[in-house]
Amino acid sequence: MYNFELVTPSSVDEAVAALGEEDAQPLGGGQTLIPTLKQRLAMPTKLVSLSRIEALKGVKSEGGALLIGGATTHGTVAREAAGQFPGLADLAAHIGDPAVRNRGTIGGSLANNDPSACYPAAALGTGATIVTNSREIAADDYFQGMFATALEEGEIITEVRLPIPETSNYQKFEQPASRFALVGVFVAKYADGVRVAVTGASNDGVFRWSEAEAALASNFAADAVEGLSAPDGSGMISDLHGSGSYRAHLVKVLTKRAVAAAS
Amino acid sequence: MPKDNGIGASTKRREDVRFLTGAGNYTDDVNVYGQAYVHFLRSDVAHGRISKIDTSAAEAMPGVVRIFTGKDFEGIGGLPCGWQVTDRHGAAMKEPGHPVLAQGKVRHVGDPIAAVVAESLAEARDAAEAIEVEIEDLPAVVDMKAALESGAAKVHDDLDDNLCYDWGFVEENKEAVDKAISEAAHVTTLELKNNRLVANPMEPRVAVGDYSAANDESTLFTTSQNPHVIRLLMGAFVLGIPEHKLRVVAPDVGGGFGTKIFHYAEEAFCTFAARQLKRAVKWTSTRSEAFMSDAHGRDHVTKIELALDADNNFTAIRTETYANMGAYLSTFAPSVPTWLHGTLMAGNYKTPLIYVNVKAVFTNTVPVDAYRGAGRPEATYQLERVIDKAARELGVDPIALRRQNFITEFPYATPVAVEYDTGDYPATMDKLEEIADIKGFAARRAESEKRGKLRGLGVNCYIEACGIAPSNLVGQLGARAGLYDAATVRVNATGSISVMVGAHSHGQGHETSFPQVVAEMLGIDESMVDIVHGDSSKIPFGMGTYGSRSIAVCGSAMVRATEKIINKAKKIAAHLLEASEADIELKDGQFSVAGTDKSVAWGDVTLAAYVPHNYPLEDIEPGLEETAFYDPANFTYPSGAYACEVELDPETGKVTIERFAAADDFGNIINPMIVSGQVHGGLAQGIGQALLEDCAYDETGQLISASYMDYAMPRADDVPFYAVDHSCQTPCTHNPLGVKGCGEAGAIGSPPSVINAVIDALHSGGHSHVTHIDMPASPSRVWAAMHG
Repeated sequence: MYNFELVTPSSVDEAVAALGEEDAQPLGGGQTLIPTLKQRLAMPTKLVSLSRIEALKGVKSEGGALLIGGATTHGTVAREAAGQFPGLADLAAHIGDPAVRNRGTIGGSLANNDPSACYPAAALGTGATIVTNSREIAADDYFQGMFATALEEGEIITEVRLPIPETSNYQKFEQPASRFALVGVFVAKYADGVRVAVTGASNDGVFRWSEAEAALASNFAADAVEGLSAPDGSGMISDLHGSGSYRAHLVKVLTKRAVAAAS
Repeated sequence: MPKDNGIGASTKRREDVRFLTGAGNYTDDVNVYGQAYVHFLRSDVAHGRISKIDTSAAEAMPGVVRIFTGKDFEGIGGLPCGWQVTDRHGAAMKEPGHPVLAQGKVRHVGDPIAAVVAESLAEARDAAEAIEVEIEDLPAVVDMKAALESGAAKVHDDLDDNLCYDWGFVEENKEAVDKAISEAAHVTTLELKNNRLVANPMEPRVAVGDYSAANDESTLFTTSQNPHVIRLLMGAFVLGIPEHKLRVVAPDVGGGFGTKIFHYAEEAFCTFAARQLKRAVKWTSTRSEAFMSDAHGRDHVTKIELALDADNNFTAIRTETYANMGAYLSTFAPSVPTWLHGTLMAGNYKTPLIYVNVKAVFTNTVPVDAYRGAGRPEATYQLERVIDKAARELGVDPIALRRQNFITEFPYATPVAVEYDTGDYPATMDKLEEIADIKGFAARRAESEKRGKLRGLGVNCYIEACGIAPSNLVGQLGARAGLYDAATVRVNATGSISVMVGAHSHGQGHETSFPQVVAEMLGIDESMVDIVHGDSSKIPFGMGTYGSRSIAVCGSAMVRATEKIINKAKKIAAHLLEASEADIELKDGQFSVAGTDKSVAWGDVTLAAYVPHNYPLEDIEPGLEETAFYDPANFTYPSGAYACEVELDPETGKVTIERFAAADDFGNIINPMIVSGQVHGGLAQGIGQALLEDCAYDETGQLISASYMDYAMPRADDVPFYAVDHSCQTPCTHNPLGVKGCGEAGAIGSPPSVINAVIDALHSGGHSHVTHIDMPASPSRVWAAMHG
């Protein structure tokens, strides 16, 4: 780790101001950034911690959506979303281990957009709105490839608004070593349609499996997925833990299982 | 009622009090006044010629004490190899130099190029980044078979090729084996890999070198399984420091699994630099460094052929193995694929003809050496996999085929040069069938199938040779050290006892089990006995802990020393009781005169030895302290039968272990709880190898699985509750305790049963084209095999 200055603002405005300086970087729960710093793979001059900004924390429901503050930990979401949005609570409850869940935040996860992270599947799979200090971004516009998002330099995720579905489920097939998603599929059923979002699989990061969405819109049953071909594996991640075609196969298996669990 | 003291008691591990309360004293807890810190600049390429190292900018950085490079070690010994293998043609193996810091070339990712010593670790790391290194890339040698092709790049320019040795065993058997195989009624052939593993002890390696200029004395604190071996190797062969000026201390060590046997460059560096700088130098490995600098394990590629006659009797075995040595010969590397592997190829079976060929190969990878089991898991895996394959080909029950070929008479001289002293393989198999509930398997399979899952049962046996080792035998086989051990029993004036042992405990529970033996022999409470280990200035010159040798070899030395104590104490008691020494009996800590009610307590005798007011000074010396060295007459041969039951998800290829049963024969047992714990740990590592762990290099020699993000260690939810049993006991005939080693058995015996179970599950699901899956049987590999 190189030396850096740590600032701990208590308001979003102070944080935004601090992030205006060159080479300043926001620090959420630090579950990705701290290991990166320890490996000396990043050299920020200033880290702006968001974890003492109370306004960024908490879970509440409003207008049929769950509103989650950007600095809310996975552990909090797992507990507080359980009643109204069990599919999301279950996803949060299976990220990493207890230490990770008590430090890692939803805003941090979405800002980092790791191709194997769980939360991007939930955000895209619900058609969430990513609220920042300066604007609102639809999930469909937000995710722009592996580790790439619509966020500008210094922009902070203040809230994530996830429309609460009629039913939902997240199926994660764990990579054996990291236990990140080798493939994860989030399925959410709404009155006006079904969304299916896939993480872990694609070189382009989280994506929607539109063929499955269409099939499930008319028949929300595992059988509807059974009749589909698995998505094309040629653009999928191929590594020590599985080929692209294996991941593509898992997308179909997990979608089926998510639908079955949500039915 | 179970015993609560002495041999056979499941005494709780006393060392756990300090380990579980954070009161352990590990090497990283050692801090010497004024110490400096070293950071090693390591190669990030697998193979290259160093064209330039410029340290001038780095030397000007804040806090830098001194920067060392390979130049500083010119004329200083390289790291020695402790075992010389002679090849099939009678020639010595190739033994290239192993410099402390790279000289001219780097040969694997992680090879140390320079060492920066600074006032703080952060300053050392900063300065290391300012060192200018230019490396001219050379083609990396990664695949073993490609490494042996003509025209392959050479890891060591001064050798003819990348072949370390081509070993044949037993070479005189070769013709007869070839003939038997060509004439056999059936031959089963299997090609397989034994995957490369990283040991990953919980505590990474640490070294602190210290030097007292006033006394010209060096001290090395290090994470070692064998401090005296390090003192001998480093003192005599690397740095030229005589033993009386070199102290090596291995305090609490957080797991070794073999990888902390060897003498490493960082140990020599810290000791050397401390002498140069006249101040202590400390190095603590990061986990990332551990992946690329701790010796790795396994990494064999093997073809095995098993010949059977028309009645399914095994008639011959022929194997050809490529064994990866990595870039340099680690301390005991050459012995692993040869004497710890070829000698075990008979397994539990009376196969009359066996020929083993091993080609050891240099590659641009981290050196490979002993890892829990060392050679014996590789032997067991191929043998027990090929037997399973043969049973399937012949349509016979795999347990029945094994039983039919069991060795049943002991001692048994195998065709591969070892003599098994005792064993009862049918009995361990009977016990296994009972504890694994083999009869109930069909019902469990039907229940799994109802849930859309495939269920498989895999069984295997194992035999291993441990309690390493008879020095005269291993000397003939190329060992450059004796493998005896030593113990000093020091009885204190009031009767408490300190036993200084050559064995080193780094998870084995010696601090609990060794006192149980002494307490049993003397009839006193275990709490009166402590052991002292890990400090060459306190303990006799013993050889440390590896090869499941501690209780069999060092424990035997301790028994011999305690017998000397008893003999002397009886003389003292006879004097105090005014009786004849021949009439003195020792029971429950009391010396009594046979046939009388006259007795004297243990503590009275020990006090008399140190306060010899009423003492036979004309006949014996005062004091009560004895040392014994013990060299075993043979290896010990624990054996067992294991069964694994897996459930396989045919949609994803994911395998889960539902049941695992282990029936072991360890001879007599000192502490059953500790033995069970050893088996549990070994099984977890074997299951880790079979399903999870894979140390993978890409074709450029980059280590792909270089962190826990990609290297899958077994976790608690990856393993089931085990059924373990060690009630089948055929005591070892040649050591005084009748014990056999138990530390490695679990890791040796478990991988084949896991893979046998996976294959069985696949066949039950109609995937009968799958005859083998290389470890680890990860979900993606299983799925690919199903759809291949």
